[in-house]
Amino acid sequence: MDHFPLLSVMLYLPTVVALLVLFVPRLAPDTIKYAALFATLATFVLSLIVVFSSQQTASLRWEENYNWLPSVGIRYHLGTDGLSTIFLLLTTLSSVIALVASWTSIRVNIRAYYVTFLILETGMLGVFMTFDLFLFYVFWELVLIPMALIIGVWGSANRVYAAIKFFLFTLAGSLLMLVAIVAMYTEYFNRTGTRTLDLNTLIAIPGGWSHTFQLWTFAAFFISFAIKVPMFPVHTWLPDAHVESPTAGSVILAAVLLKLGGYGMIRFNLALFPYASHKFATPILILSVIAIIYGALVAMVQPDMKKLVAYSSVTHMGFVTLGIFSFNPQGFQGAVITMFSHGLVTGGLFLCVGVLYERAHTRQISAFGGIANRMPTYASVFMVFMLAALGLPGLSGFVGEYLSTLGSFRLANKTYAAITMFVVIFAAVYMMWLYKRVIFGEPREEHHGFADLTRIEASTLLPLVLGILYVGIYPVPLMKLLKPVIGALLAPIVGSGTAAAAADAIP
Amino acid sequence: MENFLWVIPAAPLAAFIITLLFGKSVLKSQAHWPAIIGAGIAAVCAWLTFFQVRGLNAGEALNNHLFTWMNTGAYSFDTQQFKVAINLRADHLTALMLLVVTSVGLLVIIYSVGYMHGDGGYYRFFAFLPLFVFSMLMLVLSDNYLLLFVFWEAVGLCSYFLVGFWFRRESANKAALKAFWVNRVGDVGFGLGTMLVWTTFGTFTFTDVFGQLEKRAGIGGDITKGTITAICLLLFCGAVGKSAQVPLHVWLPDAMEGPTPVSALIHAATMVTAGIYLVARSWPLFDLSPGARDVVAIVGIATAFLGATIGLVQRDIKRVLAYSTVSQLGYMCFALGVGAYIPAIFHLMTHAMFKGLMFLGSGSVIHGMHDEQDLFKMGGLRKQMPITAYTFLIGALAISGVTGLAGFWSKDEIIVGAYHAGYPVIAILGLVTAALTAFYMFRLYFLAFEGTPRYDQEHVHPHESPATMTVPLVMLAIPSIVIGALVGIPPDKGAIHAFLGKAIRSDLFESHGSVASSTTLTFGVLSTLVAVGGIFLAFAMYMRLSPNPYTLGDRLHWLWTFLWHKWYFDEVYHVLFVKGTLAFAMACWAFDRYVVDGAVNGVATVVGRSSGRLRRVQTGFVANYALAIALGAVLIVGVYLIARGDIFTQLFG
Repeated sequence: MDHFPLLSVMLYLPTVVALLVLFVPRLAPDTIKYAALFATLATFVLSLIVVFSSQQTASLRWEENYNWLPSVGIRYHLGTDGLSTIFLLLTTLSSVIALVASWTSIRVNIRAYYVTFLILETGMLGVFMTFDLFLFYVFWELVLIPMALIIGVWGSANRVYAAIKFFLFTLAGSLLMLVAIVAMYTEYFNRTGTRTLDLNTLIAIPGGWSHTFQLWTFAAFFISFAIKVPMFPVHTWLPDAHVESPTAGSVILAAVLLKLGGYGMIRFNLALFPYASHKFATPILILSVIAIIYGALVAMVQPDMKKLVAYSSVTHMGFVTLGIFSFNPQGFQGAVITMFSHGLVTGGLFLCVGVLYERAHTRQISAFGGIANRMPTYASVFMVFMLAALGLPGLSGFVGEYLSTLGSFRLANKTYAAITMFVVIFAAVYMMWLYKRVIFGEPREEHHGFADLTRIEASTLLPLVLGILYVGIYPVPLMKLLKPVIGALLAPIVGSGTAAAAADAIP
Repeated sequence: MENFLWVIPAAPLAAFIITLLFGKSVLKSQAHWPAIIGAGIAAVCAWLTFFQVRGLNAGEALNNHLFTWMNTGAYSFDTQQFKVAINLRADHLTALMLLVVTSVGLLVIIYSVGYMHGDGGYYRFFAFLPLFVFSMLMLVLSDNYLLLFVFWEAVGLCSYFLVGFWFRRESANKAALKAFWVNRVGDVGFGLGTMLVWTTFGTFTFTDVFGQLEKRAGIGGDITKGTITAICLLLFCGAVGKSAQVPLHVWLPDAMEGPTPVSALIHAATMVTAGIYLVARSWPLFDLSPGARDVVAIVGIATAFLGATIGLVQRDIKRVLAYSTVSQLGYMCFALGVGAYIPAIFHLMTHAMFKGLMFLGSGSVIHGMHDEQDLFKMGGLRKQMPITAYTFLIGALAISGVTGLAGFWSKDEIIVGAYHAGYPVIAILGLVTAALTAFYMFRLYFLAFEGTPRYDQEHVHPHESPATMTVPLVMLAIPSIVIGALVGIPPDKGAIHAFLGKAIRSDLFESHGSVASSTTLTFGVLSTLVAVGGIFLAFAMYMRLSPNPYTLGDRLHWLWTFLWHKWYFDEVYHVLFVKGTLAFAMACWAFDRYVVDGAVNGVATVVGRSSGRLRRVQTGFVANYALAIALGAVLIVGVYLIARGDIFTQLFG
């Protein structure tokens, strides 16, 4: 490890700036904002280095692997592969956008807000780059607190309820995961006499994890991740969290926090427990299909724009679990690209809702109508996000959702794909109906003074539009990043008959 | 072979981007120029491509690889690689479609300069129109099913934009949504169809799919007939939506809320024929599945008949034309079903000319009448609008199938084809529908252009439209007269057969033997008779009032009501699907709040209450605590002993 510790720099840069902001007295609000902007932009640039230096191999890049607490076998192990790289990019990009989105909309406790925000970024980056379970768990929990604070302190009327709900839901899941991590640690020690929580060592446990053990630990990890995704029926924290959160919080929540779940499933559930993954695939696929259809139907009748977008997240994330647990390259790539796309699209949708909220101070759909007459540029931009959300080909949503569905279509049971396909109708209904009610129609008197997008708003939305177009038209770079990861990850699982049989042969 | 296929879609795409970026700020009332230039370049290149393709042998095509769109990679454990490229391919079928799309597209854009003059969204209109032309060109140039699906959705999107062009109008917004949503119902099937194509053949590319059929779908092959039929029917679902076939035809008449040039281009000449194109493109699959073809044929004739009957009673000039389009698409569809692929495309081409002509003509009428669309408030317009009237008459004669005009040759081939392929009932219904067609079309013509004016002559002063609108009418009237005879003589052996036969090499039709010239002649005479009969009846009823249509309508009131309500499709769908879905969605939401979230909050409440009670235990009296500790200790020891299972031996042993 004679290379520059790029990942560590990237990881701690936001925290360092946060600490400076915290302890340097008498900073003007603008200084704080620019410092935070600098930190997020710098991490974004660093993540671009990670992206452009990525190679198409399964081994980790920019690896930093040190003994941290040797007596208990805990290592400081950072690295990126194609999967991590995609999420690092998504995190840093969303952080910049969310930060700019906070620029004028956060008016109280400015110092505390930006400190919280930057620590949150460190937490999120850490989750995507650690390969030691202990370290992973630390960052996983680190994400939780600042996010709950952002909802609970800077949110709207019912914010405390939403923040506590979010906190308790996620904490319940993570405690299960903690138990599973401890169990694995003990089991590994009992089996080999070595103390370790290094992911790759745990994956390569001689003889593999026993079947019963896999079932329990898989379930513990899975519940924790499923809550974050969120899967039906543990999704109800999401609409509340979104509705009460400030716009920037919603953007981060949608773009990154939900992805922690999907990422965790791939990185831990699939890699560690191939046998259990197979055993649990059917119920997970069923829940995914339910989430896809159910989320879309519930979204259809929401009177609140943010709730509508929140339920649409349930739908989109259903494609993620559907794709992952189809166990083939198409489903897998579909799942990851859906996550990336969802970050751009839903982040954008929340920004769009925020733009209206800033002007009208309400999110009720019925309070709007004919906005296109007042804010034509806004209407066009909103249109792109709306179309991407309903899976229009040529935009990013289609690539991921089509591949996920195709992945499930390759299963022997075609019912999953057949039912899932119906979402193309429902997605068109809830998105276009929302758009029609808000944007189209006669201009209304009460919206007379509404100005079109400000420069700050445009600067948050435009990169997302470009990203959506790019992923929609040329997703090949993302697919190339994922290919080696898939090769390493799916080979042990793929082919339900052979893999299950092989796994069953292990004592 | 050297080619410039990419230029054809690129030119209108560039026009779209330029107009989108600069239309409002720079171009303003000149915003139509990029569209005209873009479509013009596309039209020129389409003609050049046409001549290039004409020199190709059967089965050959021009190819233009652009870039790889998606590639999930090759793996040791998975032999089937998912790879989709943006490839353009022009064979004879595509070359013909290119000509139709670019020529009608260019004329409609020129026409719109006059029609849309002074509209607040002028630049927006001339941005979306080339976007549509681009998407439609890409649709016919795609070399694989997935790319076709992509642009299938894209043309649907353009249709949504343009139907809802006047977005302040509630009716326009509703129609736009209905069009998109109903189309998506069909796309559920089409989407699954593309997936089944890929899982079956490992590729989306037309030539690769069709190339495998001989080996793998024949006797001893691994692909069953059932799979082929499933693919065909799933693809056809898409066609039912896009080409407005029963039971998904309901969106097309409502789509008339869009500006009339849009109706002419998208909802008559080009986009709605995409479904016909899709099936014709997939002829090798449909050839192998008689079952799927029967479905196509039955849906087609049902649509043809239903559309024509509803067209009989409509009052709105554009709605008559819309139902006429539904009906004519039905003709093309059942032609495909009986295996007469080339006649279907032939009719697609002639229909694009005369229906495009009539829609633009109706637009000219609406323009001249200051937005009046009710036929019963028109009359005698030929005097004020001679060019519109005479070109419209040509269109009406052509669609009615009067001998010599374009529609005669193509429609006759279809009806003869149905009879020849062993579907006499369909042939007879086709003839009946032809009679209805002639009747409702001339009902429209007489009501609008002949007789005495029924409009308020003091306030409405109809006038002929400007040259930018009438010139396209004339340009479409010419092919409406001659194109059938030019490429369709002799029937079933004309130039169009020689040309398209190189791409659609189905021997299905020939397997019935060649069409006897006596059959051709008989049906030619019959077609002419029913057409003239229909025209005569329309003349008698609406010019001479004998029989009087109004008293007839009263006497057959039940029938009139049934047709006026369009066979009650919309009413039934509203109750079943619109209200049904909403009610189900509301139920889901209630379930989410009261059951799913109720459980969550329930747990929270229980925990909250019990901890509230527990709090009362914290009294602060040391004695209480001591008691609690003692009780706790007893409890723990007790539990421990019970858990050990030998409490009695421990205590008394």
